[in-house]
Amino acid sequence: MKQEVAYWRSTRNVFREIGEVSLFAGRFFREVWRPPYEFREFVRQSYLIGYQSLPLVGVTGFIMGLVLTLQTRPTMVNFGAEGLMPSMVGIAIIREIGPVITALICAGKIGSGMGAELGSMKVTEQIAAMEVSGTNPFKYLVVTRILASVVMLPLLVIIADSIGLVGSSLVEYVKGDVSFRLYFTKVFDSLQFGDLLPATIKSFFFGFAIGLVGCYKGYHSRKGTAGVGRAANAAVVVTSMLLFIIDFIAVLVADIFYKL
Amino acid sequence: MNAPMQTVEERRKRGPQTPLIRLRDIHKAFGDHQVIRGFDLELYEGENVVIIGKSGSGKSVLLKCIVRLLQADKGQIEVLGHNLEAIDQYSLDQLRVDVGFLFQGSALYDSMTVRENLEFPLRRHPERMGEEAEEKLIREALDSVGLGSAIDLMPEELSGGMKRRIALARTLILKPKVILYDEPTSGLDPITSKEIIQLIMDIQEKYNTAALIITHDMDCARVISNRVVILVEGTNYAEGTYEELYRSEDPKVQAFFK
Repeated sequence: MKQEVAYWRSTRNVFREIGEVSLFAGRFFREVWRPPYEFREFVRQSYLIGYQSLPLVGVTGFIMGLVLTLQTRPTMVNFGAEGLMPSMVGIAIIREIGPVITALICAGKIGSGMGAELGSMKVTEQIAAMEVSGTNPFKYLVVTRILASVVMLPLLVIIADSIGLVGSSLVEYVKGDVSFRLYFTKVFDSLQFGDLLPATIKSFFFGFAIGLVGCYKGYHSRKGTAGVGRAANAAVVVTSMLLFIIDFIAVLVADIFYKL
Repeated sequence: MNAPMQTVEERRKRGPQTPLIRLRDIHKAFGDHQVIRGFDLELYEGENVVIIGKSGSGKSVLLKCIVRLLQADKGQIEVLGHNLEAIDQYSLDQLRVDVGFLFQGSALYDSMTVRENLEFPLRRHPERMGEEAEEKLIREALDSVGLGSAIDLMPEELSGGMKRRIALARTLILKPKVILYDEPTSGLDPITSKEIIQLIMDIQEKYNTAALIITHDMDCARVISNRVVILVEGTNYAEGTYEELYRSEDPKVQAFFK
């Protein structure tokens, strides 16, 4: 009986949380069009989210390209298909691995940062202080962060993809004696518009999910400093799960368009 | 010439006035815990009303209800003639400009310098006054709290007393008609507390603001108040001047003065 009660309570909490996040998203879409526009804060957030994530995203992308090529190369050689390596790695990175890995890295760096920063502002009453000075803290803190995240994530994905391909081409150059020019010619020959478009579109959704959940968790943080830690942690966990769900839906939708 | 602070007697002599803040039968609960159970209060122009009560008695909750950071469950709140129940968000934001709020923990924006903390409310106003006028206001507010030299410091570089002063300057910069102080001297040493109390009085004289102050500090209540309200079990248990309450023989009232 106790277990059943706990089960229903946690199920109800999950649905309540989904409802609250949806309302939060709805408020974002309402506020984003209304003046005043916090352009300076949006630029600052874009710098923090985009520029300051570049080293991490760059290194991750490079290693992603290196590892993927090193791991798959022996199998491809066994099948005598090493000539297909650039195409395979290129499509894999651009369609799937690049966006997902970059989004996961950003969920860890950006999402947790937003959760912790807004959570800390909440518990030290800085958000309340904005409110009582007649400012809309949602617009200043949340709208700018989500927008910056939506705009910056696709750019970070493109950079991570490019650096990943450079990493992969380096392995091909060393192990397979494939020139960089030949490698990239093969990659671009095998890529189609239909590979790039869904990957780019889903990156916008990834950015939205990271910004939305990070801000939601921070903005609704409670119970002191422990609550700030929980907000940062929950931002990463929930966003990571959400990213895979969005990715699954994106693949399903893209598949329908491929068939058409 | 600023209007001088008025005592209860003076106000009685002057006859009926419209209160700046009027609370009627306020109730507020958190879950099953009823914090405020029918609280009434009126705050008049030029007046300093101090609310004292035990920790957890709902003093901060009351202040937050007045600026609608919290919504009262029942009762009527009128601020500067506006009924908070019937006000839209835009009008509420406009109203909040006229009601300053000093938070217990100062609540300075820790990613901004002192200058940016003071600029923040100014720059988000429909009637922006231009950078020169804003700079002048910032300097004036900082000079009022005696911290003109701290303009480029970050909040982490300030002591507790300095933070409280900067927060007060940020509150003053919008020239509010009423200031709500949430424990202005808590966590400060006796000397800094006295400085903050003197500062609050100087500010009231200079800017002619009314103030609602909640505190545990009886020295602060004695020096600052025109009127003291004792909050017990969510209601205004006793009300009067500091001296009247000090002389009261009610054991619940006496408990605060012993």
